Amino acid sequence: MAEYVAPLRDMRFVLEHVVGLEELAKLEGFEHADPESVFGVLEEFGRLMSEVWSPTNPVGDAAGSTLVDGVVHTPPGFAEAYARYVEAGWPAVPFDPAYDGGGFPWLVGIVLQEMLNSANMALAMAPLLTQGAIDALVHHGTEEQRERYLKKMVTGEWTGTMNLTEADAGSDVGALRTRAVRQDDGTYRITGQKVFITFGDHDLADNILHLVLARTPDAPPGTKGISCFVVPKFLVGDDGALGERNDVVVLSIEHKMGIKASPTCVLEYGGRSQGAVGYLVGEEHAGMSAMFTMMNNARLGVGVEGLGLAERAYQRAAEFAGERTQGRAPGAAAGQRSPIVEHPDVRRMLLTMRACTEAMRALCYYQASQIDLAARHPDAAARTTAGARAALLTPLVKSWCTDLAETVTSLGIQVHGGMGYITDTGVDQHYRDAKITQIYEGTNGIQAMDLVGRKVPMRGGAVVGDLLADVRSTVEELAGAGDAFGPMHRELAVAVDSVEQATAWLMERGLADPVDALAAATPYQRLLATTVGGWMMARSALAAGRLLAAGTDGDDDLAGLLEAKVITARFFADHLLPEVRGLLPAVTAGGADVMALTAAQLARP
Amino acid sequence: MNVVVCVKQIPDPADPGALEEDHTLKRTGKLILDESDSFGVEMALQLVDKAGGGDVTLVSMAPNDETSGLRTALAMGAAKAVLVSDPALAGAGALDTAKVLAAAIGRVEGADLILAATESSDGYTGTVPEQIAGVLDLPSITFAKHVEVADGTVSVQRQTELGYDQCESPLPAVVSVTAGVVEPRYPSFKGIMAAKSKPVDQVTVADLGIDASAVGAAGAGQQIVEVTPAPERQAGEIIEDDGEAHLKIIDFLDGLKVL
Ligand SMILES: Cc1cc2nc3c(=O)[nH]c(=O)nc-3n(C[C@H](O)[C@H](O)[C@H](O)COP(=O)(O)OP(=O)(O)OC[C@H]3O[C@@H](n4cnc5c(N)ncnc54)[C@H](O)[C@@H]3O)c2cc1C
Repeated sequence: MAEYVAPLRDMRFVLEHVVGLEELAKLEGFEHADPESVFGVLEEFGRLMSEVWSPTNPVGDAAGSTLVDGVVHTPPGFAEAYARYVEAGWPAVPFDPAYDGGGFPWLVGIVLQEMLNSANMALAMAPLLTQGAIDALVHHGTEEQRERYLKKMVTGEWTGTMNLTEADAGSDVGALRTRAVRQDDGTYRITGQKVFITFGDHDLADNILHLVLARTPDAPPGTKGISCFVVPKFLVGDDGALGERNDVVVLSIEHKMGIKASPTCVLEYGGRSQGAVGYLVGEEHAGMSAMFTMMNNARLGVGVEGLGLAERAYQRAAEFAGERTQGRAPGAAAGQRSPIVEHPDVRRMLLTMRACTEAMRALCYYQASQIDLAARHPDAAARTTAGARAALLTPLVKSWCTDLAETVTSLGIQVHGGMGYITDTGVDQHYRDAKITQIYEGTNGIQAMDLVGRKVPMRGGAVVGDLLADVRSTVEELAGAGDAFGPMHRELAVAVDSVEQATAWLMERGLADPVDALAAATPYQRLLATTVGGWMMARSALAAGRLLAAGTDGDDDLAGLLEAKVITARFFADHLLPEVRGLLPAVTAGGADVMALTAAQLARP
Repeated sequence: MNVVVCVKQIPDPADPGALEEDHTLKRTGKLILDESDSFGVEMALQLVDKAGGGDVTLVSMAPNDETSGLRTALAMGAAKAVLVSDPALAGAGALDTAKVLAAAIGRVEGADLILAATESSDGYTGTVPEQIAGVLDLPSITFAKHVEVADGTVSVQRQTELGYDQCESPLPAVVSVTAGVVEPRYPSFKGIMAAKSKPVDQVTVADLGIDASAVGAAGAGQQIVEVTPAPERQAGEIIEDDGEAHLKIIDFLDGLKVL
């Protein structure tokens, strides 16, 4: 099996021709992120991922993290792989230079994340959660907290965690019970138990900053009473030196279906004292707003996990399909055995994997560019527009990329036939790793509710409206683009019509009966996301077509890439986008039958 | 201490290579740092670091003003580079290359030590470092697996079939480094960004005071007449062990004259 190879050519194509890296690099503060520098960075990072991170992935799957005498040990090779990443300064790339960050666009950080996840998703979760914690402190921490903690987190010398979940508070974060009691010196004492805390303890870094959601004694119930605290594993002195061990204890780590190397911890706060020492981040009772700030980034991060896994699964399937011979493909000489890649049905699987992965990549990068524009565009109205677009796309990116990752990694096994089911082959790991991405950071069902409940109603439906208008203008462009784009034109037009009808139905019926809207949420989410995916593919194909028409100057490699982009997009339009035709009726079927059986009937075999 | 490292920029070995009509390797696309040279760069960086001061300077000869491979080595930590790029050099042989590199090294002030790989990954002539030493009239040590510098002397563990020779030479000297003897560092993010603005002194053959008709295809004094693909590897022989297999293996090794 070959190690992961960063798909630099496709990454570059999307950055340059689909999401406008060059424009982004003109924004204030990003000047040094010109395309040439960015590609230089991606190339070297890709090499580190292939050579250092990728080989640790199956090792981590086999060994898992372990808890010995209250301390978590990561699998062999993980600490070294993480150290290489930190020593070379990679964690800092997309952060603010004021905290020793590299001052690159979030977009570039997302491309690095894709590579981290393709190479070793379980290990990539350490930086992912750290980013979440950094985000919370950047936006809500005090200057003093930022001084004390941020630099070391930006460099990756310390990591971060996000502590929302408790045994009785999962999707319903508002139900959490961890307590925080204010002390005379302004600090808080935290007591309670958090479950499923990713990288809650480990041996990769000297310190861990836990971002913990908890309630003060006088807090109102529900999400309005939640406050956010930073709780260091080791208290940090004024001089930055590590001091006393805080009372945060790992009670156990979970045994899981996938991402076995990522320690998922039960953490007990303050069980052996008057409480772990915590510091308030932001205002009391405003903890959820801190969480919401990070939401776009964190949920995009999980979508990118899906993307990274899909890419890896595709690379392995494509490699295998060229090596394994079986049967005789149409057109092959009599008596000759064909590599399975010559069989149309195997081609169909590979193209499905490839088209989905490319659509996910374009969508994730596009979303990242919107996050950058929302933060940096000089014009306030443009910032607002980009922010609204990013907010709308957040549930789509999270749910669609992770749902597709499940499909693509499953196809990755299918292409391998029986060998795919044999664990020695190792492609089952990607499938097992992928499953969690549909669950954490808000299940995909919760994403759908966010979409129909909060995002679609934004500005009375105008945010979705603006998106659809953009899709329509691509449909028009496709109409004049020639025969090669015919299927894209036809199917994208159908898709955008379907979304329009579904949205109108939802706005009307959803207000009348929430059950209708909630029952329709998941098919609606899929419908809108598939349409946006088709839009991304069409934009890629149009860009490739323009470049081909302009001539590739004898660069056969580039011409081949561009032709493949058009074909893959057409495959998406012909074979995958028509799914929307079946989704519209599922949306408008309403919730009556969904709720018609009683819970007792459902429970009866 | 100042160290010069000769580095070659070559077509990516991962890509399928193609030949020009005159049977030379196509070098039109992007060229990368020859992995063989990354060991010399790493060794140079370590030596300079140990010496507590000085610079690592790269010297390279490449077509089309190519600097991609140089940027990689600059990102690893080299301070600057001299690049000789000149259409007159197309088709250059090993000796031309050595003359050109020697002249380029002449542009680097105060070079104490010159490192090169024992051979490049795309040409494998394996003679350039010694020729450079010849042209510059400097001592030459080959196949270094470990290099130390102290008090104007370089001491080298020179790899041999049986172990290594311990060699010493006064500086300046030319030392060729065996592949794999150090672990080349990965360029850091800051290193990559800094490499963008590191100076590359780009020169032509004329700038080096070399007569263009004496080098390249014109001056190489050699021509590639024909190229044939390497024979495919033959299937191995499988010996079933019927209790006598060891004798067959001994016969086989005996036939190879390795026993
Ligand atoms: C490996 C792993 C790592 C994790 N890492 C972290 C971490 O680092 N930090 C952290 O805080 N948490 C973490 N989690 C927790 C994760 O975010 C939760 O598991 C997730 O939010 C779902 O909550 P739950 O498990 O309680 O499921 P439940 O909320 O019980 O959900 C069960 C099912 O019911 C559905 N459901 C629940 N409520 C509703 C509703 N109102 N409407 C419709 N459907 C509903 C869900 O979609 C789901 O299908 C992790 C979990 C795992 C497994």
